[in-house]
Amino acid sequence: MPWDRNQMAARAAQELDDGMYVNLGIGIPTLVANYVGDKDITLQSENGMLGMGPFPFEGEEDADLINAGKQTITELRRTSYFDSATSFGMIRGGKIAAAILGAMEVAENGDLANWMIPGKLVKGMGGAMDLVAGVGRVIVVMDHTNKHGESKLLKACTLPLTGQGVVDRIITNLGVLDVVDGGLRIVETADGVSEDELRAATEATIV
Amino acid sequence: MNKIHETASSALEGVLQDGMLIAAGGFGLCGIPELLLQAIKDAGTKDLTFASNNAGVDDFGIGILLQTRQVKKMISSYVGENAEFMRQYLSGELELEFNPQGTLAERMRAGGCGIPGFYTKTGVGTVIAEGKEHKEFDGETYILERGIFADLSIVKAWKADPSGNLVFRKTARNFNPPAAMCGRVCVAEVEEIVPLGSLDPDMIHLPGIYVHRIIQGTHEKRIEQRTVRQKENV
Repeated sequence: MPWDRNQMAARAAQELDDGMYVNLGIGIPTLVANYVGDKDITLQSENGMLGMGPFPFEGEEDADLINAGKQTITELRRTSYFDSATSFGMIRGGKIAAAILGAMEVAENGDLANWMIPGKLVKGMGGAMDLVAGVGRVIVVMDHTNKHGESKLLKACTLPLTGQGVVDRIITNLGVLDVVDGGLRIVETADGVSEDELRAATEATIV
Repeated sequence: MNKIHETASSALEGVLQDGMLIAAGGFGLCGIPELLLQAIKDAGTKDLTFASNNAGVDDFGIGILLQTRQVKKMISSYVGENAEFMRQYLSGELELEFNPQGTLAERMRAGGCGIPGFYTKTGVGTVIAEGKEHKEFDGETYILERGIFADLSIVKAWKADPSGNLVFRKTARNFNPPAAMCGRVCVAEVEEIVPLGSLDPDMIHLPGIYVHRIIQGTHEKRIEQRTVRQKENV
C-alpha cells in the first residue's frame, strides 16, 4: 500500500533531529508537526516568528498572530518575533536547518518547480525561492504521480523553476529518494511497494 | 517637532502625488496600514506603484485601491487572495513585478540603509534572474538585486510615542520595519500613542528617526484564515 498523507508526513518527521530550526510549507508539510514526538523542534514561520504553536482554541484567535499561510496560530514559551527582513536573513543566511515543502515537479538534478503553471492563475512564489536557496536541507513531500498518473519526478522540469539543483530528498507516497550524482537513488520504498513499482512510476533516472 | 496628526488624511497632506512609489507594510491582512490606505483612496491619488508583499483582498487593504483603479503596478511576492487583482492583471490593466518574499524585504531594508544593490542566491536559474547581473563569490553564483527607495512609506504599528518610536505586536511586525525604512517620508498608523517615557527604550522595534508622521486610530484587523482547534473534553 502506498503511504497516505499522514504516513508521508510521519516519514518526513523522521528527517528532523533534536534541536533543529525548521520551516514547514503548506499542505502535507504542515502535518509533519504532528509527528515530531519528543524531539525538540522549533518551527519557523517566514512572516516573522520562531517557535510556532498550534491553532488557537475557538474564541482565542488573534488577528496579529498568523502563520505564513495566513492562518491564526498561537505562540509558545520559546517564541520570538521579528521583521520580514530579519526572517529572510536567517533563511538566506543558512540558519534554518531544513525546509519541508510540496512540489509540482522535481528533476533528477534537484531542480524544483512549485510556484507557477504558465497560462493558469499565477499567484506568486511567496517565500519559496528564498527558502530553497537558503536553508540547509530541502526535503520535498509530494505524490509520486500527478492526476493523470504521470511521474512528477522527471529528467528535467517542464514548469518554471523555483530553484536550481536545490532538492536533497524526496518523500512520496511510494517511497524516499535522494538526489545524487547522475540521478535519484532509492532510499526506501513504502510498505508493500516494490522497487520495481517505484521505478515504473518514475521518469527520472534512478541510479 | 510635532509628528502627531489628527487623521490619516491630514497625515498624508502634501506627500501624495500621482505616479509615486509607495512601500506598504503588512503580510496578508496582518499589520496592514488600513487607515492610510483608505485615506489614499479618499484622496484619489492615481497611477500608484506599491511595493507590498500582498495586494489585500477585494474589499480590504490595497484591494480597495484596485477597485478604484488607483494602482498602476504592484511589486509583490504573492497576490493569490485577490480576484480583482487577477482580473486587472490578466486584462493588462495592471503591471506586476514578482519578487521573492525575502528579496522584497531585503530590497526595502537595503534602500533604507543606503544600499543601492546586493547579491543573493535567491532566484538563480529561475525567471527572476533573467536580465540581472550574475556574479560568482567563492564558487557560488549570485544575482544583483536593487534596493528600493520609495517616495512614501505607510506602516501600521501597535504603539508609538510622540517621537515616533514604534512597537509592533506579534507577527503584525512583518514588512512594517523594512517598509518604513525605505521611504523618503514615513507615515505610521498605530493603535495607541503613549506618552514620552512610557516605552522602554530597550524594547523599541523601530527608532523614531524613520517615522515622520503618526496617527492613532481604530483598526478592524480582519482575520484572513480563521483556524482553531477544539478544546479536549476533560
